[in-house]
Amino acid sequence: MKFSAEINVMPLKEILDPQGKAVTGSMKNMGLAEIQEVRIGKHISLVVDAENEAIAHEKVEEACKKLLANLIMESYEFTLKAL
Amino acid sequence: MKFGVVTFPGSNCDQDIIDVLSKIMGQQVENLWHKNHDLKGVDMVILPGGFSYGDYLRSGAIARFSPVMQEVIQFASKGGYVMGICNGFQILTEAGLVPGALLHNANRKFICRNVYLKPATSHSLITSDLDLNKALKIPIAHGEGNYFARPDVVKEMEDRDQILFRYCDEHGNVTAESNPNGSLANIAGVCNAGRNVFGMMPHPERAADPILANEDGLGIFESILKTALA
Repeated sequence: MKFSAEINVMPLKEILDPQGKAVTGSMKNMGLAEIQEVRIGKHISLVVDAENEAIAHEKVEEACKKLLANLIMESYEFTLKAL
Repeated sequence: MKFGVVTFPGSNCDQDIIDVLSKIMGQQVENLWHKNHDLKGVDMVILPGGFSYGDYLRSGAIARFSPVMQEVIQFASKGGYVMGICNGFQILTEAGLVPGALLHNANRKFICRNVYLKPATSHSLITSDLDLNKALKIPIAHGEGNYFARPDVVKEMEDRDQILFRYCDEHGNVTAESNPNGSLANIAGVCNAGRNVFGMMPHPERAADPILANEDGLGIFESILKTALA
């Protein structure tokens, strides 16, 4: 079975996100001062071939932990959908 | 002493290190390709600066899984000497061979200029022959050099004397103003608990040749030779 995973990787809350900070500043400059606390991460989508959803979940977990996110500075979350 | 300098796709400081080690220091150097499965019997591996695999995903993240790195990780686990400079340091953190991670510079800019470094300990292969009271002028060139580790990890590293270099001013004072990239506790270089793996963001190989009018980095390579051959 094939499953699609939609993964979000975000910088940890306690870590300064200079990219998000710069964009927050830009919001103010363009007249949208109401928008605050922008944080910028990554969205990764992939397809995983697995016998069932539990195994697919395990494979995506492993991919996130080992490569897609660096847990020292980032967190991740994902959703799985059968294709 | 026989050194191995790894070339990843996107490495750009490999030849600089090879030149310093072979022409200035008169040592034997093997250039190791990232697809290699053996380290050709070298005594020490150097991971150079650059943009391995285009810095895709995160600096060093893809390089960490290249064939040669599996050999380097095994070599390091047996006590073999490994040093990573700039992108090489990022690869070492991604591989978990030294603690911490390197975040985007706090000011979001790529910084390429000379900075000053204070050696924090003599108790390591790469700092053994350095004067702890002299600030070294060494260039940095990175966008992600902002050293970060959890406070308990930094405390443990400090207790174990694993901080090798801190950013300082030209007189050797470690100040907030002399921190170019936002690194925690001005940390510019560290080693692992086993004291055989070393990582630093600044480029000593760019300051080790008389023709460059700055030889402040030479002491690091001299330290390696004196201590390893002693």
